[in-house]
Amino acid sequence: MHIKYESQLREPLVYGEKNFHQVTEDILRPIEVKPSRLWYIGFFIAVTLLLFGVYSLYREVTYGIGQWNLNKTIGWGWDITNFVWWVGIGHAGTLISAVLLLFRQGWRTGVNRAAEAMTIFAVMCAGQFPIFHMGRVWLAFFILPYPNSRGPLWVNFNSPLLWDVFAISTYFTVSLLFWYSGLLPDLATVRDRAFTKLRQKLYGIAAFGWTGSTKHWQRHESLSLVLAGLSTPLVLSVHTIVSFDFATSVIPGWHTTIFPPYFVAGAIFSGFAMVQSLLIVVRKVFGLTDYITIGHIDLMNKVIVLTGSIVGIAYLTELFMGWYSQNKYEGYTFWYSRAYLFSPYGWSYWGMMTCNVLSPQIFWSRKMRRNVFVTFFMSIIVNIGMWFERFVIIVTSLYRDYLPSSWSIYYSPSIWEVGFYLGTFGLFFTCFFLFAKYFPVIAVAEIKYVLKRSGESFKPAFEKLEAEPLDKFVHDNAHAH
Amino acid sequence: MAQKKFVVGCFDEEKVLFPAVKQVRTAGYKIKDVYTPFAVHGLDHALGMRETSLHTAGFIYGITGTATAVSTISWIFTKDWPLNIGGKPHFALPAWVPIIFELTVLFAAVGMVMTFCWLCQLAPGVKKHHFHKRATDDLFVMVIECTDKTNTDDLLAFLKSNGAIETDVQVAEEEWWFGTYDKDDDLYNTKQVAL
Repeated sequence: MHIKYESQLREPLVYGEKNFHQVTEDILRPIEVKPSRLWYIGFFIAVTLLLFGVYSLYREVTYGIGQWNLNKTIGWGWDITNFVWWVGIGHAGTLISAVLLLFRQGWRTGVNRAAEAMTIFAVMCAGQFPIFHMGRVWLAFFILPYPNSRGPLWVNFNSPLLWDVFAISTYFTVSLLFWYSGLLPDLATVRDRAFTKLRQKLYGIAAFGWTGSTKHWQRHESLSLVLAGLSTPLVLSVHTIVSFDFATSVIPGWHTTIFPPYFVAGAIFSGFAMVQSLLIVVRKVFGLTDYITIGHIDLMNKVIVLTGSIVGIAYLTELFMGWYSQNKYEGYTFWYSRAYLFSPYGWSYWGMMTCNVLSPQIFWSRKMRRNVFVTFFMSIIVNIGMWFERFVIIVTSLYRDYLPSSWSIYYSPSIWEVGFYLGTFGLFFTCFFLFAKYFPVIAVAEIKYVLKRSGESFKPAFEKLEAEPLDKFVHDNAHAH
Repeated sequence: MAQKKFVVGCFDEEKVLFPAVKQVRTAGYKIKDVYTPFAVHGLDHALGMRETSLHTAGFIYGITGTATAVSTISWIFTKDWPLNIGGKPHFALPAWVPIIFELTVLFAAVGMVMTFCWLCQLAPGVKKHHFHKRATDDLFVMVIECTDKTNTDDLLAFLKSNGAIETDVQVAEEEWWFGTYDKDDDLYNTKQVAL
C-alpha cells in the first residue's frame, strides 16, 4: 500500500508553486547559463591553492619527508591529522544518501546529490595524505596484495593500516558508483534539453543512453536501495577502521575501546558541518532556496547538535577513564598533555572543547537552528574544532612517550606541510566548482518524486484527506498488487 | 536493425496515467514501455512486470566477495607465507573481519552496478530512440507496439479519450545502437514546452 500524502504537521520539502517542468528549469538553470564572475574568482583561487599544493608535494617527493617538521616521536603530524579530518568530512554524503534513505527521511532529496559529490571529493583529498606520507610514493603500489617477485612477500592482513587501504578504496568506489548511478536520469534530462550540439554529445555520452523506461526505473530503485543497504554499514566501518589505526596501538590516549563510535559520531558531525558550509552558499548563489529550504538547514543542525554532544560525552569519558584506570601514562596524557591548559598543547585541547562541545549547544534553540548566518558561522567553527580534535589525538599522545629522554621538542608544521593541506583545499574546491557548473546540484528526478507528496502548493489538498475517516482513505489510496 | 511502428501517447498526470494503462491493457494492446521522468511507484505492477532480481544478483556477488577474501587471506597466511607474529595463530580470523567485510561490499556494489548496466543496456555512447523529449522532463510517455492488425486511428482516438494530451505514430528502431546525439536529433526548443 502506498500512502500518497504527508501530514500537514510536516514542513513542505519544496516551496513555491511548482510543476515538474518548473523543477527541471529551476535546478538546471545554473548549469545552462554562463557562470557568474563570482564562480570564476572562486575557481581561480581554488586552482591557485591546488597548484601551491602540487609544488609542496613536489618538494616532499624530491627531497623527502624531511621537508616536513616531523621529528623523532611525532611521526604523524599534520598530514595524518588532515587525513582523518578529510575522511571524516567524507562521511556526511553517504550518510545522507544511504542511512536517511533507509530511514525514509524524505528531506534527504534536497541535499543528497551535493553531499555525495562532496563525499567523493573529500575522500580523494584524504587519500593523498597516507599515500604521500609513505615517502617513496612511486612504490605506493606495494600496499596492494599482488603476487610479486619479492618472495612473494605479502602485505600484512592483520594490520589496521592495511584495513584502511581496503576501507578507503572500497568507500571511494562504492560512493562513486552510488553517486553516478543516481546521476544518470538527471544527466539524461540535461541531454534532452541540450541547446548546443556539443552539450548534446557530451551529456549523451555521460547519460549512458538513459530513457526513463519503467523497467529501468524499477531496477534503478532496487539498485539504489541495495546500495544504500550496503553503504550504511560501510560508512560506519570506514571511520571505525580509521579509529583502529589508533585504538589497536599501545600509545596512551589512543589505546581506548570507545574510539570507533566516538570517531563515527565525530565524522558525521564534521561532515554535516561541511555540507552546511557548502549548501548555504550554493542555495543562495544558484537561487535554490525553494529546494534547499530553511527546514533542511534546521534538520541538519539537529544532527550537528546530537553528534556534537556524543563527541562531548566521549571526551568526558576519556578523561574519566584516564583517572579511573589509575594508569599513570593514561593519566599523564589526558590530565596533563591535553586537559591542562598551560601544558605545551593545552590550547589545542581547549580549542577543540570550545568549538565541538560548547558552541554547538546553541542549536538547542530553534531560532538559532533556522538562522542562516549563525549556521554558516557554526559550520566553520565545527570544522575547525574537528581538525583540533585529530591534532590533539595525534600530537599530544606522541610528543611525550614513555621515556622522558626521548621527549621531542615542540612541533609546528613547515610551510610545505601546510602547503600540502592548502593544496587539498584547492583540489576539493576545484572539483566542487566544476561539479556545480556541469552537474545538477540537486537530484531532479527525486525532487519530482516528492513534489506532489510534500510540495507547498500540493499540501493544502491533503487537508481534506486528513479529515477523512481512515477506512475510506485506505480504500481510496491503497492499490493491491 | 529492426524498425517497428509505435503509437505514442503522452500524459501529464500520474492519476490519469494509471487508469489509462489499465484501459489500454484491457483493450488488448501491447504496451512496449512507459517512459517517465522519475520512478513512478506501482507503475511496474500496473504494466504487469515481474519484480527485478537485481538484489539476488547483489547477494551472490557479495558472498563471492566474502569467499574471495577468506580464501585468499587464509591461503596466504597459512600456506604460502606463514608469518610468526608473536606466536599467535596463523589462521587469525577476527583480524581479517574488516577486509572480509570491505571486499563483500565492494564485490556486491561493483557487480550490481555492472549487472544493472548490462540488463538495462546502458553504457557510455549508447543511443536509443527517444519517443518524446519531454519524457525526461515532465511527461509520462506511453508507447504501444503496433501489429499488422492495429488500427492506428482507432488507437490514437482511444488514447485521447483516456486523457493523453499528445499522441502520434512513430516508426523507430526498438533496440539501442552506438552513436552520439549530434547528428539526427533536434536541439531543445523552448517553445515546445510553453505551459
